[in-house]
Amino acid sequence: MDFDDTPEEATFRAQARAFIDAHAPKHLAPELKRASFGSSAVQSEDPLQASKAWQKKKAEAGWACLHWPKEYGGAGRSPIERVIWGQEEGIYSALSGPFVIGHGMCGPTVMAWAGEDQKQRLLPPLASGEEIWCQLFSEPAGGSDLAGLRTRAVRAEDGSGDWIVNGQKIWTSGAQHSDWGLLITRTAPDVPKHKGLTMFFLSMRTSGVEVRPIKQANGQSGFNEVYFKDVRIPDAQRLGAVGQGWQVSLTTLMNERLSIGTGMSTYFPELFRFCLEAEVDGEPAANDAAVRSRLAQFAVRQSGLKYTGMRAITALSKGQTPGPESSIGKLVAGATMQELAMFALDLQGQAGVVWDETSPQDGRFQSLLMRSPATRIEGGSDEILRNIIGERVLGLPGDIRVDKDVPFKDIPTSGRAKS
Amino acid sequence: MNLDFSEEQKALKDQVRRFLDARCTPAAVRTILEGPEPFDRGLYAGLAELGVLGAAIPEAYGGVGLSHLELCVVAEELGRALAPVPVASSIYLAAEFLLQAGSEAQKRAWLPKLASGQAVGTFAFVEGQGRMTPDKVQTAVASGGLSGVKSPVSDGDIADVAIVLARAGGGRGADAVSLFVVDLNGPGVSRDTLKTIDPTRSQARIAFDNAPAEPLGGTGDGWHVTTQVMDRAAILMAFEQVGGADRALEMARDYALDRMAFGRPIGSFQAIKHMLANMYVSSTLARSNCYYAAWALASGAVELPVAAATARVSATTAFQHCAKNNIQVHGGMGFTWAFDCHLFYRRSNALALALGSLSTWESLLIERMSAGNLNAAA
Repeated sequence: MDFDDTPEEATFRAQARAFIDAHAPKHLAPELKRASFGSSAVQSEDPLQASKAWQKKKAEAGWACLHWPKEYGGAGRSPIERVIWGQEEGIYSALSGPFVIGHGMCGPTVMAWAGEDQKQRLLPPLASGEEIWCQLFSEPAGGSDLAGLRTRAVRAEDGSGDWIVNGQKIWTSGAQHSDWGLLITRTAPDVPKHKGLTMFFLSMRTSGVEVRPIKQANGQSGFNEVYFKDVRIPDAQRLGAVGQGWQVSLTTLMNERLSIGTGMSTYFPELFRFCLEAEVDGEPAANDAAVRSRLAQFAVRQSGLKYTGMRAITALSKGQTPGPESSIGKLVAGATMQELAMFALDLQGQAGVVWDETSPQDGRFQSLLMRSPATRIEGGSDEILRNIIGERVLGLPGDIRVDKDVPFKDIPTSGRAKS
Repeated sequence: MNLDFSEEQKALKDQVRRFLDARCTPAAVRTILEGPEPFDRGLYAGLAELGVLGAAIPEAYGGVGLSHLELCVVAEELGRALAPVPVASSIYLAAEFLLQAGSEAQKRAWLPKLASGQAVGTFAFVEGQGRMTPDKVQTAVASGGLSGVKSPVSDGDIADVAIVLARAGGGRGADAVSLFVVDLNGPGVSRDTLKTIDPTRSQARIAFDNAPAEPLGGTGDGWHVTTQVMDRAAILMAFEQVGGADRALEMARDYALDRMAFGRPIGSFQAIKHMLANMYVSSTLARSNCYYAAWALASGAVELPVAAATARVSATTAFQHCAKNNIQVHGGMGFTWAFDCHLFYRRSNALALALGSLSTWESLLIERMSAGNLNAAA
């Protein structure tokens, strides 16, 4: 056992470090370090332009989308090299926020399902950050039960083969600055729900597409609703066969769960620092036995996630696929950051209610308290993740699905509908 | 980056598992639980023959001369099988004390016997209720004779030799206590087996009355060496706990697949499925923390004290969590004597207290992180 690089890994790390050292936007470092969860890290300039500028520099030097093939704008690097790059990029990786969905989910889906010409056209500008993608999946009626979605696509009556889309998506990250969207629709309501779906991609500037920001429970607006009113999509922009949308979406979701939750912080280091500084009965909070007990439990979760990640990296380093243990990441991190935020406020006493610049660590724990409920839902809710661990890792049977063989149009839509 | 055991270490683990599957069945564990024997002598002799007792003891002292990584994989298997043998007392503690602080003569006298299973060792530390501190030690040595009462002492009724923490001379605090080697078959030693929550691992009360005692290590080094050895033992114990947690999870999973209620396997109900998923999460976190601690143990890293407390807290939490929910998944059957769930429940709660309770280790972890630096938290 060791934490050392192989000679090849060390060479790659040195190259990555040299590039980052020479080219990273160091003037942004102070605000990137201060950034708290749920708010845009860069305030001093347009955050999107800052992100695009860094991505462009990386792309020009061959450091963008390391895991993609070179012909699509990537670098053809191994998974372990991608991990090493991430370690070296450090705080600057926060600038990749606008590209996470595109690079992690939409890109791999396009790569797996689009025609060669489309891949040549779409993937390089996605890799270089010139074009941004969003994922148009969740709907008011289809979140965890994604296949319950209702956005309809029907063939145009003019014989062009085009599709006309009507409906609404929700929780679309980055839709407001996206150039392209990956869109799943219902094309056949008279067959069981998983069999009547079809996947498309479209320009977000297509006529009839309207993006509206959602005001979140924490007061911010990171997500959007996207409305589709008679939006026309050429049949050439279909991914997979008509009715094969569910299968196509699995490519996306598989990649989503890989991207969200790997290497997530639980904010334990920030809590620990706070407990060394804050006082309980005139002593540092960390001297109190009850505080220690809570802190220790947070500490071992943070550390357990860290070393679970290192076990996955070990597998990658040996050219193997990481084991199922990586599936616990977001489940543990989400719940931990919420409990940890509540605990930090508890230690602040009645003053914990205050959320302004006088709050400890600039109100970081208040921000965390207010943002963390979303972490337990986005990218697979805690409950969906437990089902996945239960069924795919432990081999337990799936739940009984009462709507499985029912035509979609006959599935009840309200729990209180008259029978 | 290599946070995994080698192929050879995994092969050793498989070998020990096969051996224990054959020799340490639940029925064999029950023989100790229900019968008069304090431990499984045949199994212990078999483990000695296999070389696992002496795995981390140098060849010069009758061991196999492998590393502590090998001992970690062995420990996991012993925990998984609930092996009713004194490996923790004799190897993780007594042998480790001798290796860390023993004189050449002491090592030569005892290590070969501990490695061969010919003698059993233990550590006589605790004196009554609550977290042990140097000032709680009342056992004292005067003119080479040791007097006082140690209770509970793991395997104190079957051990041949004990490392005893005792007062030598006056003073208070950590510098006032020292370590001694006492032959438990010699004069001035009387012992009683204690009734405990887990009779598959023996505990005893030992009364010393002017028993001949030989110093181990320097005068006043007792607390320091104890802390070092307890950290090392805690890592091995954490592996036992992870082994037990995994097995309890497997039992619960198998039962959830098999048991039908309301016309379906109970594992298809989310209430059960999610309970099992949470058990998987605890045991995975604990395993990863244990691997980190194994690295620290084998490499002698400065992170060892933090890594040991981390592994210990995580593994204690995981084993207790998995063992109690294993009963819950089994429902009423899980509370019968006939089902094996209570064996894991007993062991998980006994191991949670061995080497110091969960709250003690939680506190140690945070003390150490505070004393070190903030990097320890990142």
